[in-house]
Amino acid sequence: MTPSGPPSRALPTSSIGILVLFALAIVGLLAGVLAVSGFDVGDSFAALLRGAAGSSYAVFSATLVRATPLILTGLAVALAFKGGILNIGAEGQLLTGATMATAVVLALGTTSGGWALPIALVAAAVGGAAWALVPAWLRLRFGVLEVISTIMMNFVALYGVGYLVRGPLQEPTRIYPQSASIPAETHLPLLVPGSRLHIGFALAVAAAALAWYVVRETVAGFRLRVVGANPRAAASAAQLDVSRIRLRVFLLSGALAGLAGGVEVTGVTYALYENLSPGYGYTAIAVALLAGLHPGLVVVSGIFLGALEAGAAAMQREAGVPLVLVSVVEALIILAIVGARALLDRRAPRAAEVGT
Amino acid sequence: MSDQVTAFLEATVRTATPLALAALGESISERAGVINVGLEGVIIAGCFGAVVGARQGSVAAGLLAGVAAGVAAALVFACFVVWLRTDQIITGTALTLGALGLTGLLYRAVFGTGGAALSIPTMRPVAIPVLSQIPIVGPALFRQAAVTYLLYAVAASAWWFLSRTHAGLALRAVGEYPEAAQAAGIRPARVQGGAVLISGALGGLAGASLVLAQVGTFAEGMSAGRGFIAIAIVALGRWTPIGVTLAALLFGAASALQFLFQSTGTQLPYQLFLALPYILTLVVLAAGTARGRAPAALGRRDLGVW
Repeated sequence: MTPSGPPSRALPTSSIGILVLFALAIVGLLAGVLAVSGFDVGDSFAALLRGAAGSSYAVFSATLVRATPLILTGLAVALAFKGGILNIGAEGQLLTGATMATAVVLALGTTSGGWALPIALVAAAVGGAAWALVPAWLRLRFGVLEVISTIMMNFVALYGVGYLVRGPLQEPTRIYPQSASIPAETHLPLLVPGSRLHIGFALAVAAAALAWYVVRETVAGFRLRVVGANPRAAASAAQLDVSRIRLRVFLLSGALAGLAGGVEVTGVTYALYENLSPGYGYTAIAVALLAGLHPGLVVVSGIFLGALEAGAAAMQREAGVPLVLVSVVEALIILAIVGARALLDRRAPRAAEVGT
Repeated sequence: MSDQVTAFLEATVRTATPLALAALGESISERAGVINVGLEGVIIAGCFGAVVGARQGSVAAGLLAGVAAGVAAALVFACFVVWLRTDQIITGTALTLGALGLTGLLYRAVFGTGGAALSIPTMRPVAIPVLSQIPIVGPALFRQAAVTYLLYAVAASAWWFLSRTHAGLALRAVGEYPEAAQAAGIRPARVQGGAVLISGALGGLAGASLVLAQVGTFAEGMSAGRGFIAIAIVALGRWTPIGVTLAALLFGAASALQFLFQSTGTQLPYQLFLALPYILTLVVLAAGTARGRAPAALGRRDLGVW
């Protein structure tokens, strides 16, 4: 009854090779979707490339800025999936984190002598974890599928923000449905001068590196992998408290997604409003699966999908291709991954567990 | 006051109709052991199909195209889940994501980027003589769009199919114990594929009814979580057609509350009423999942020996 090594612990080099193959396949799929929808494939691709990597502005101020929340939420989803928790609620947890950060920064103002920013980021993580606590509790206490409860929590968070930015958190003139702008002292410092890239990106990469180390080298990481791969063996053979570990994974996942929201407010938007996230929490699922749930590779897949989103924004501006194209491509990515995994499983039965 | 109650009950049944149709389909698929989290995607496909069909000039074309689009979306899901045996929940999530995006993309490609409201024929309420004259509940149940009467027929047929036919018994056997079903000469994969397609047809019909009998046009993401709410309704209704239909009415009432409260001029924020169905779903799932019993093989990837 020794737990078998999780299948996703392949060498990163081979995973990168697969990632490149996938990237090529995705480009093909993208061209197909564009052609079917009646857009000029050449023009659209030119705009996509310009928007994603055509200039230093495109790389630092568009692609990497978008990659930052995707890496953090992708990490949240990857760790949760690895622990057998299907957290689809990163979007709501991100919004809660953004709300907490905004509220804390506006309450503390400039009086706290530089502490407002770190406190706000901690508050964002706590907010995200608190938002994840509800589905975690429903799962552990009542057996409610977290897929559904987390999505319900996403809607509740969206309406909650909608209420706050028209009520208690609305800006002083009471005209626009958004919060007051946060003071300049509480903005995240820039990482690359002259660009929009803030140190949140470095924070996200550091978080991914830390998660990689923890999952790979520590007892806690081992427990997470065992519980995700085979909860029954984890409980009987390894004598682990599966519920407690799952709760912790769920809360950690929520905290990372909440942090993404805090980083977005203090690094990019400088205010809270409803459309703060263009679905980062849902894209995060594609980020995590594309990385094979590997915390280190989440950085690579996060940058890749960040580039895709930045390029898609340029495609919309320059070639009139609707931005929703991105979610079609993401869905195709996920289907391609689960389909390929299923075909491999069929050839080598019992190689992998559900959840990846 | 009785006018308000009548209006509230009418709104309850009207908003419950797409939820009930989608949940009935989902319950059939779940009784066969397949949870379709992509129901949200099936519904939005049905919405889009209904608009395209209704533009041809008739409500009937809209209904048919909505059903066809729902079946097409379910077919994609069935190929992955039933044939390749991929994880049902991740596949369903991808289906939802893809269908929400693709319908938005196609809508703008076909009808332009202006986003102007399309004028399509819609279903008006049809009063059934005598029955609609019953005080209070008469108008609610019998002065509705024709698709609501279709719902009554679907609910009754689903009950008859699941509990009174051999095919229904085979379907339930696959959902509980696929190995035993197979030993009895049933082909589990074929049954599951059929069940998923039925749920696709009903999910598409739900989307069509949303467009043709409620909203009257298409908007990106207009399914607004109804697919997920329908899955919760299945658990609350304990996987039986009658229970599912009654549970859908409860959710219809929760949505209809906002009209009632708005008319009473309450000071409560309207976002609270918008969020109410989702909060109710969480509460109901906690109560329903704890007491009800899901089909034993629900969500299983393996189907025993092939």
